[in-house]
Amino acid sequence: MPQLSDIPPQDRRRLWETMLLIRRFEEHIVDVYGQQEMQSPVHLYIGQEAVAAGVCLHLRPEDYLFSTHRSHGHCLAKGADVFSLYAEFYGRAAGCCRGKGGSMHPCAPEVGILGTTAIVGGGIPLATGAALASKLLGQGRVAVTLFGDGASEEGAFHESLNFAALKALPVVFVCENNFYATASPIHQRQPHDDIFRHAAGYGIPAAQVDGNDAAAVYFAAREAVQRARRGGGPSLIEARTYRWKGHVGPSCDWENGCRPKQELEQWMDRCPLERFTQRLLQSGDLTEQDIRGTLERTDVMLARELERAKHSPPPASSEVWRHVFHETK
Amino acid sequence: MPWTKIFSNQAEFDLALGGQGLRALSFREALVEAQRFLLQDDPRVLLMGEGVDDPGAIFGSTAGLAQSFGKDRVMDVPLAENGMTGVAIGAALAGLRPIFIHMRNDFLPMCMDQLINHAAKWSYMTGGRVNVPLVVRSIVGRGWGSAAQHSQALHGLFLHVPGLKIVAPATPYDAKGLLIAASRDGNPVMFFEHRWTFDYVGYVPAEAYQVPLDQGVRRRQGSDATVVAIGWMVNEALKAAAALEAEGVSLEIIDPRTLLPLDMPLILESVAKTGRLVIADTACHTGGTGAEIACRVAEWSPGALKAPVVRVDFPDAPTPASTALEKTYYPDAEAIAQAVHRTLREG
Ligand SMILES: Cc1ncc(C[n+]2csc(CCOP(=O)(O)OP(=O)(O)O)c2C)c(N)n1
Ligand SMILES: [Mg+2]
Repeated sequence: MPQLSDIPPQDRRRLWETMLLIRRFEEHIVDVYGQQEMQSPVHLYIGQEAVAAGVCLHLRPEDYLFSTHRSHGHCLAKGADVFSLYAEFYGRAAGCCRGKGGSMHPCAPEVGILGTTAIVGGGIPLATGAALASKLLGQGRVAVTLFGDGASEEGAFHESLNFAALKALPVVFVCENNFYATASPIHQRQPHDDIFRHAAGYGIPAAQVDGNDAAAVYFAAREAVQRARRGGGPSLIEARTYRWKGHVGPSCDWENGCRPKQELEQWMDRCPLERFTQRLLQSGDLTEQDIRGTLERTDVMLARELERAKHSPPPASSEVWRHVFHETK
Repeated sequence: MPWTKIFSNQAEFDLALGGQGLRALSFREALVEAQRFLLQDDPRVLLMGEGVDDPGAIFGSTAGLAQSFGKDRVMDVPLAENGMTGVAIGAALAGLRPIFIHMRNDFLPMCMDQLINHAAKWSYMTGGRVNVPLVVRSIVGRGWGSAAQHSQALHGLFLHVPGLKIVAPATPYDAKGLLIAASRDGNPVMFFEHRWTFDYVGYVPAEAYQVPLDQGVRRRQGSDATVVAIGWMVNEALKAAAALEAEGVSLEIIDPRTLLPLDMPLILESVAKTGRLVIADTACHTGGTGAEIACRVAEWSPGALKAPVVRVDFPDAPTPASTALEKTYYPDAEAIAQAVHRTLREG
């Protein structure tokens, strides 16, 4: 079992800061959503931060990331710009998709995010294809796709595993098993909840990890990304985690009977950010003062970017007709 | 006639019709009532779909049904749209009458293989020996940045596929009657609903009834121009008619209710009277239902038109996320009124 000390100190710090950034980024949305100016269906990532942080730490800017409707944390961990995400969620011209994509479809090609699909499972073959391109072009880039337990039911998931194994593609499949697809529990949709087991049929190495343990995700992802990078083919990681908010929007959903409150509370007791913070305090990587300082800097930055995004201008109406096709110069 | 009228809320209904002792239901409630009746009446009927049994209950349109009929007949399914559509088709071949439900039109493209290559072809390929009694309900989303993958209206795509029937109810009365008729029809029926109609209220009789799958309805009598309005656009057309009336323009509104089969006699009769045709659809412009209607009018009554046909629909572009752009993207009553003015000017 790898120890915290097996993570280089600067990575420990980055892991923690990334999780903190994601958590506060999402909480700022929660704070302003009631103003009804951010008119975009937001699928919040709170509770799952360790997965994006632990995976993306191993990626280079030119590596690819394909996300889902629940994209915010993935994009931040991959290095997408805070302002252009917030502006996109506000439907502003300065948004990362010029206000045309919204919260479910961010893109940041400069850091390997070539676009985001909200069709469940849609990103999995896209990542596989990006890995194919990287391999055929001899680029050495790795493609990662993060997706939910629900997506593992789609044919595209199984078809992609097969093809990636067949061609030994540099792709890492990361399933965030949060045990729900909207309000439907996994046991109502799948005969068992060990999603990593699907890999065996295709001869793909797989790991099942505690997705609320940043270090565990970090180690599993390190192995998978290294394997992909050295030409060893695809891997599947199942990170078991839990979302704290409702499927979509800023509130909880247990009040509506979507899931037991007790279950949510048990998972909240295992908060990925809090747990990792405690570990870093114990190891001496962090001090209470660091925490306060970083939190304050992060919040100031997020509040500033959010305000700036909110007050930036909307797209011109002529944008409706632009970009239906690629504009050649 | 009371069942041709729609109201945006209960108070409006009460004002207009309440005194007649008529019962009002929302579009959503009408769907629930139709499905409750079908489940009760025919043990072969089952509902399948992602989230049909959850607290959200497909925007409330399956509310309470899982509690009444159990999870074998109101069945949550894995996220596997094409495969599960095939399962529903197979079950239909073998004696069940599934109603498969999608929360958005946008998930239909996942099912194209099973719908187009299988459901639509089966009766024909088997020389009429085996049929597919399947209904596929799907809802058109709109607003709050739903964007390109959560707000498509794809009924026009299916027009091109022989073997599928296509239904697009605009009122609670039709939602109930058409859904019952669709389930009884014995063919694969694509049943398109618009999210924005769900709260609309109208007269719905308590007993079961069917609205035939080939009959449109005249929502409003008029003499100056005909608006053929589909789904949600019926509401916008009614608003436009009220505004135009104040200007002395008399609008006739036809709601085809089923797009395939299409009630051309009703449309032609109206156009013969008014000589002007505006087609209002909740879908993109090119190659859609409006094109088909306009073409049939041109084919069958070329002399009837005094002015060119005008279509009011979405631009040939995916739906933008930004609210600012949605305003430009979606046509409304005002756009219909302008189209009517154009036909009056040009003819
Ligand atoms: C193909 C398709 N079917 C259905 C939906 C509606 N939908 C959006 S998210 C979602 C649940 C996805 O669950 P999961 O993959 O576990 O991701 P999570 O939301 O838990 O992150 C569903 C059913 C969709 N967007 N695409
Ligand atoms: Mg999930």
